[in-house]
Amino acid sequence: MSDFTVIHAGTAPGLPAPATPKNVPNRGGEANPSADALKAQFGDAIKRVDVVWGETNVTIDIARALDIVRWLHDDPSQSYEYLSDVTAVEFRDRGLPIEVIWHLRSIKYRRFLRLKGLIAKGQPLSVPSVWPVYKGADWLERECYDMFGIKFEGHPDLRRILLWEQYAEGFPLRKDFPLRGRFSRAEQLRQALSANPEARYSMEELSIADAFSELPLDMRARIKGGESTGE
Amino acid sequence: MATKRTVEVELSTTGIGRDGKPQRVPLFVGEGGEGGGPAVAAPPSTEPELEGEHMLINIGPQHPATHGVLRLVLELDGETVVRCIPHIGYLHCGFEKIGEYRQYNQIIPWTDRDDYLNCVGNNIAFSLGAEKLFGIEITPRCTVLRVIGMELSRVISHLVWMGTTAIDIGAFTPFLWSFQERENVYNLFEGWVGARLTTSASRVGGMAADIPDGWLDGLRAFVRTFPKTLDECDRMLTKNAVWVGRTVGLGVMSPEEALNYGLSGPMLRASGVDYDVRKDFPYLDYETYDWEVPVGVNGDVYDRYLVRMEEMRQSIRILEQAIARLPDGPVNIDDPRVILPPKHKATSEMESMIHHFKNVMEGPRPPIGEAYVAVEAPKGEKGYYMVSDGSAKPVRWRIRPPSFVNLSAIPKMVEGHLLSDVIAINASIDIVMGEIDR
Amino acid sequence: MGLIDAPAPSIVSVDPAQSEGWIATRLDFLVNWGRANSLWPMPFGTACCAIEFMATAASKFDLARFGMERMGYSPRQADVLICAGRVPFKLAPVLRRIWQQMPQPKWAISMGACASTGGMFDNYAVVQGIDTIIPIDVYVPGCPPRPEALIYAIMMLQKKVMKDRMSDTAARMEMEPDPLSQLYIPPSRIDALSQQFGNSVPQTRSGQ
Repeated sequence: MSDFTVIHAGTAPGLPAPATPKNVPNRGGEANPSADALKAQFGDAIKRVDVVWGETNVTIDIARALDIVRWLHDDPSQSYEYLSDVTAVEFRDRGLPIEVIWHLRSIKYRRFLRLKGLIAKGQPLSVPSVWPVYKGADWLERECYDMFGIKFEGHPDLRRILLWEQYAEGFPLRKDFPLRGRFSRAEQLRQALSANPEARYSMEELSIADAFSELPLDMRARIKGGESTGE
Repeated sequence: MATKRTVEVELSTTGIGRDGKPQRVPLFVGEGGEGGGPAVAAPPSTEPELEGEHMLINIGPQHPATHGVLRLVLELDGETVVRCIPHIGYLHCGFEKIGEYRQYNQIIPWTDRDDYLNCVGNNIAFSLGAEKLFGIEITPRCTVLRVIGMELSRVISHLVWMGTTAIDIGAFTPFLWSFQERENVYNLFEGWVGARLTTSASRVGGMAADIPDGWLDGLRAFVRTFPKTLDECDRMLTKNAVWVGRTVGLGVMSPEEALNYGLSGPMLRASGVDYDVRKDFPYLDYETYDWEVPVGVNGDVYDRYLVRMEEMRQSIRILEQAIARLPDGPVNIDDPRVILPPKHKATSEMESMIHHFKNVMEGPRPPIGEAYVAVEAPKGEKGYYMVSDGSAKPVRWRIRPPSFVNLSAIPKMVEGHLLSDVIAINASIDIVMGEIDR
Repeated sequence: MGLIDAPAPSIVSVDPAQSEGWIATRLDFLVNWGRANSLWPMPFGTACCAIEFMATAASKFDLARFGMERMGYSPRQADVLICAGRVPFKLAPVLRRIWQQMPQPKWAISMGACASTGGMFDNYAVVQGIDTIIPIDVYVPGCPPRPEALIYAIMMLQKKVMKDRMSDTAARMEMEPDPLSQLYIPPSRIDALSQQFGNSVPQTRSGQ
C-alpha cells in the first residue's frame, strides 16, 4: 500500500546510541571522521580542521566547494544527505575574511559537519552554489545573497528574497550597514509606499527564470516587445 | 503518484446503519474507484481541451488562508497549477541584525517573536545554544523543566496548526477546541513566567523562574484532560469524508526528495524519513525518555496530519515522565558570572551588587568560538548558530528557520494540483511567517 | 481626549401612555447604535498579535459578543481594520492599499507595540508606527496585548462610533496622501508636529 520505503536514521553499523553531549571542551576533542576522509580525498583543498565545542569545522578552498559537497553527498562512506543551513559570517574586525558556512548532516551516520569557505576582504564575493546537489539550498542561498551580497555561481534564480528587489540601501547583515538603515525614516517610508503592491505579479515574473519558452506565444511576443505590466 | 489508497471514513451524512452504528464506507482515492465505495477521486475531465492563455492568480500577502503574510503567485491552466512562485519577506524585521547589537540574555525576547507559536521552545533552544558557547552545564532540575516547557509548546503549536488547517479545509469547530486547550496552557505559562504568549522563559544558565507551588498539579490536570480533547478532534477529523477527501494524495514528497529539499520535522517524517533531532542528535537527555517517533509512509497532507496528531500524544507521554522525574534542587547554575544574584542579595551584599552590575551593564562574555544547536521544534529542525569574538554580543546570530526551508518546497508540492488544494498543501507545511521572514 | 468623559447622548423617548407603542430617537443614534454593535473587523494579522487576536476570537473571549463574529477577510466588506502585529516596510504599501479599499465609514485599531510604535524592532526593516501610513483610532499597548486589552479597545471604539454625527462629514473624508512623498504629512512638517523618541539614541519622526 505504501509507496515509500522508510529511511531510518543511524542505520550504519557500529554506531553508538545517541546521547546528549556532556562536558564538551572548548577546543579539541574527537573530530568527525569525515574530516580525515576529506583530507585524504581532496588534499590541498582542505585548509584546516578544528573542533570547537564538539563540532568539527573544516575550512575548505572555496572554489572547490561544490566538488567537496557533491562528494560528501554522493560517497556512500559519507552520505551527507541533508543540508541544514547555508549562511555567512562577517566579523567586526574588518581585516578578517567573510566566512561562508555550510551545515551538513549525515542521517545515516548521525554526523554533523560544518564546512567553511573564506573570502578575503577585497576579493569578489562569489561562491559556487550547492543547489545542483541540494535543492534545499535554493532559498538559503538567496537569503544569503539578500543579506550579505554574496553571489552563488550556478544558482538558477539568484535575486533578493526577503527585501524587495528595488531595495537600494545595501545588504543589511554586512557590518558596514547601520542598524537603522542608510536612509532616513521618512525616505525609507516614502520609498516603501511608492512601491507598487501589484509588482512581481506580472508576466516578467514568469520570464525571470526558466519559464519563458513555456509561456503562451502572445505573452512571449508582448514581453519581447518590451511591454511591462509590473513595476 | 497515482496511488491507490484506502482510508476508512465515517459518513455522517448517510447516517446510521441497520446495526445502529455509523456507516463505514471504504473510500478510494486516486485512480480506480472500484469496490463500490464512493470515489472521491476527481472525475475524468469532460471539458474540451481549451487552447488558451495561462491565468495568473495572486494569493496574499493578506489572505486568511496563507497563515500570515505569505504571497503566492500561481500560474493556472484551467484550475490546475502549472507554476507557483512564492514571495516572502513581508514580515522581514531584521532579527539577525538586531541580535548583533544585544547581549545574549537580551536576545531571548526576540526568540519569542520569531516563531511565536512555539515561544518557550525557542527561548530554551536559544539558551541551549548560548550555553554551548559559554560551556555551561545546566542543573538536573532545569533540564527537566526545559523538557516540560518544550513539549508544552510543541503541543500548543500543533494545536494552532490543527485549528487553522481545519478552518482552511472547512471545519470551524476544531479551532475553538484547540484554542480552549491553548488557554489552559497559557494559564500554565502565565503562572510560571507571567506572560501568556511571549514568555521569555529561559536565561543563559537556567530559567527565568522556578515553577510556583502547585504548578505541577495544573500540569497534571492538563496532561489528564488534554488527550480527551485530542480524541474528540481525532474523531471529528480522521475519518471525516471531507477531511480525507481534501487531504489524501496531495503534495506528495518522496523520502529522497524530502531530504534533498531539506524538509524537517513532521513534513520529513510524514514522507517516511525516521529522523527526529530529539532521537538522533539528542539534547536535554531526551534519549532517557520512553517515546516513539511517528513516521508516515505516503508523504501527503493526510500523513502530515496523522504525524502531528501522534506527536501531540507522544508529547503528553514525555510530559508524564517528566512530571514523575522532576528532581528538587536549584534551577539556575551557581555561577555569578552569568546568573544574576537574587534581588535581596544584590541590594545588601557588595559582591552580589558588583556581579549584578557587571552582568547587566557589560553582560557575560563567552570564549571565542561558535556553536550551532538544533532542536526539534514543532515545525522542524530549528537551529541557532552563534559566533562569538569574545565580546558580550554575538558577531553573528543566525536562526535556521525550519518553515523557511519547508516552504521552499511548495512550488514542487503544488505543481499539478488544483487551486483549492494549494490551500490544503500550504496549510500542511505549518508555516509561521515570523520565523520565515525573521 | 474627551472621548470617554462626554455624557451619553439622550437615547430613546417612549410614551407608555400611547397604546400605539412608538418610540422616538435621533437617526444619528440609531445608525450609530447599529454600527457600533456590528463592527465587522478586517483582521490584518501579521505576527504574534494575530495569535492573541485569534485567542480573542475563540471561545474563551468570544468576540462575537461584540457583534464581531463575522471576520471580513475582504477589506471591501469590513468596518474596522485591526492591524495585529509588526508592519515592515515591504508590507507598508499593502496596508495602505487595504485601507484604501475599505468603504467609509471605517475605523482602525493598532494592536500591539510594534504596530503602534515599531516596538522593539527599531531597525532598518520595520515601520515605526503604522500611523505613518493610515489614520488610527485606537492604540492598544502590549507585546502582545492580552485579549482583555483588545476587547477594551473595541469598547472604546464603540464609544467613539456612538459619538459620530452625520452632520460632521470631516471624519469620513478620505485622506489623500501627498503625491510626492506618499505621506499624509509632508516630511518638512513632521518634526514640527512630533516629539523626539527613542531610548538610547534620540530620533525624530522624519529621521533628519
